[in-house]
Amino acid sequence: MGSRVDLLNHAGYREDGRTQHELRDFTVDLSKHGHADGAAAVTHGLTHVLVTVFGPREAKSRAQTMHDRANLNVELTIAAFSAGERRKRSRGDKRILEMAATIKSTFEPVVQTNLYPRSQIDIFVQVLQQDGGLLQACINATTLALVNAGVPMLDFVCAVTGGVYSTSPMLDLTLLEENDVPNVTVAVMPKTGKVTLVTMETRLHVDRFEEIFRLACAAAKVLHKEMKDAVRHRTAELVSAMGAGHGAPDRENTMIMDES
Amino acid sequence: MITFTSYPTQQDYSAHSSTKHHPDVAEDVHMDLYDDEAFAAGAKLTLPGEYLTSSQAFMRGHGTYVNDEEVIASVAGTVERVNKLVTVRPVRTRYNPEVGDLVVGRITEVQPRRWKVDAHSRQDAVLMLSSVNLPGGIQRRKLESDELQMRTFFEEGDLLVAEVQAFFSDGAMSLHTRSLRYGKLRNGQLVVVPPILVRRLKSHFITLPCGVDLILGLNGYIWISKHVKESDQEGEDGFDAEAVYSNKNDDIDTATRIAISRVSNIIQLISAHFMPLTGAILLEAYEWVVEQDCGTKDLFQDDLGDALITSLRARG
Repeated sequence: MGSRVDLLNHAGYREDGRTQHELRDFTVDLSKHGHADGAAAVTHGLTHVLVTVFGPREAKSRAQTMHDRANLNVELTIAAFSAGERRKRSRGDKRILEMAATIKSTFEPVVQTNLYPRSQIDIFVQVLQQDGGLLQACINATTLALVNAGVPMLDFVCAVTGGVYSTSPMLDLTLLEENDVPNVTVAVMPKTGKVTLVTMETRLHVDRFEEIFRLACAAAKVLHKEMKDAVRHRTAELVSAMGAGHGAPDRENTMIMDES
Repeated sequence: MITFTSYPTQQDYSAHSSTKHHPDVAEDVHMDLYDDEAFAAGAKLTLPGEYLTSSQAFMRGHGTYVNDEEVIASVAGTVERVNKLVTVRPVRTRYNPEVGDLVVGRITEVQPRRWKVDAHSRQDAVLMLSSVNLPGGIQRRKLESDELQMRTFFEEGDLLVAEVQAFFSDGAMSLHTRSLRYGKLRNGQLVVVPPILVRRLKSHFITLPCGVDLILGLNGYIWISKHVKESDQEGEDGFDAEAVYSNKNDDIDTATRIAISRVSNIIQLISAHFMPLTGAILLEAYEWVVEQDCGTKDLFQDDLGDALITSLRARG
């Protein structure tokens, strides 16, 4: 590649046609997934992550059992075909372990683990496509999968990536932007505005940090609304499906059973 | 773009994704939509982090927590109120045991004087040696030799039907099988559905006229088996140890096998469409399937499955 790609052109558009503060297309699929208690497939543009949640259930090993709360177990797998270049990562890959630990520590203060002593909540994160903003997609998908599994949480956790190109802040970076631009991933609990995660792998000028941070928090609120809509839609659908079979289920059933 | 869908096919989310509003305006738009309709239907939906009520006037129940004198929901589901107690019942969750519930479970571990049973709950249940019927009469005392041959009663992987007897201090449940109807399961097939779809019924042992017995465990485990005649079940002097702890299946004829797989497919289909399971619905569905004269596996074709669900819904 001879010429550098202009990440933000004079008209204020990025290489994929978005403006500075525009987020990528965000879709959520909350349909049932095998025997999992909850699952969510989330896309941020071309980044596609599938999370399945099992539990709370009996802990696999004695060592992992905690007598006062549940243990969160996060396992991350990145599909070999997910990136531009085919690359198989082993289970013990440092980067994967670090990301799994990041996700775990993001959710530990949010999930009400104290309600399930001696149990374990398994969170399996599968990355199917990556195009930047991997951590944000993983966190958003995990939130939705946990909500879908009926695991009690203080609030949603909404994550978004922000970066700065020379002096102009940008949101929701693609892989191309992420490689060139100093960036930060922020995870917020929108209701209280508490921040459960701030992480940087690049160096960001301290003067720019506050601006990007505030922008990311505002963007998280927008994502929160999208996530709420998806969950509300799914919940309403299930509730109406359950009600559709019988008007007043309990009473009607007993009467039918009497006859048989 | 490649999309991964699982059965049932992906829902169309265009309804909510097509109309986008500015965040400031959107709140108002959604207010009307959800509040009016939902309240009118009698089921108010809520999501984690949503404000429910003030903690000074109400008590917090399951699925809620208190922060700054506000009662806030912690799960997505329907809000329920009993006097001053506010609870949120999640739509999908693991089984929450209560004393007296009938459950179907699978042995995961044999420990000294007890078995560990997976019952789709947040912890494995415990089945004490003292709470099973031992061979040689119900009133027989427990001997040391029984402790040494616990695997002759239940082994790892065995399925059983039991009742919730009590809870331990850490919330784990204790089961018992001290009834002729409870014990080891054989001659059939297990189907797992979300526990919320199994409502409390007068009897959870259902006999369908097609020669199939059903055990609807409240934990969402459903056992479908060959019909056993009442008189055979009793045995001589009420308890036949060999039959109760036997690991051998009886001979099951082809007609019964087909009936069992039909019922199992019907249950999977109904649960995929998230409809509550009752004896009446299953009976109706079975009759419908026989009427259509379709093969056992044809139910999983979309059009036939949808037709069955539509006809069941129309009835309800």
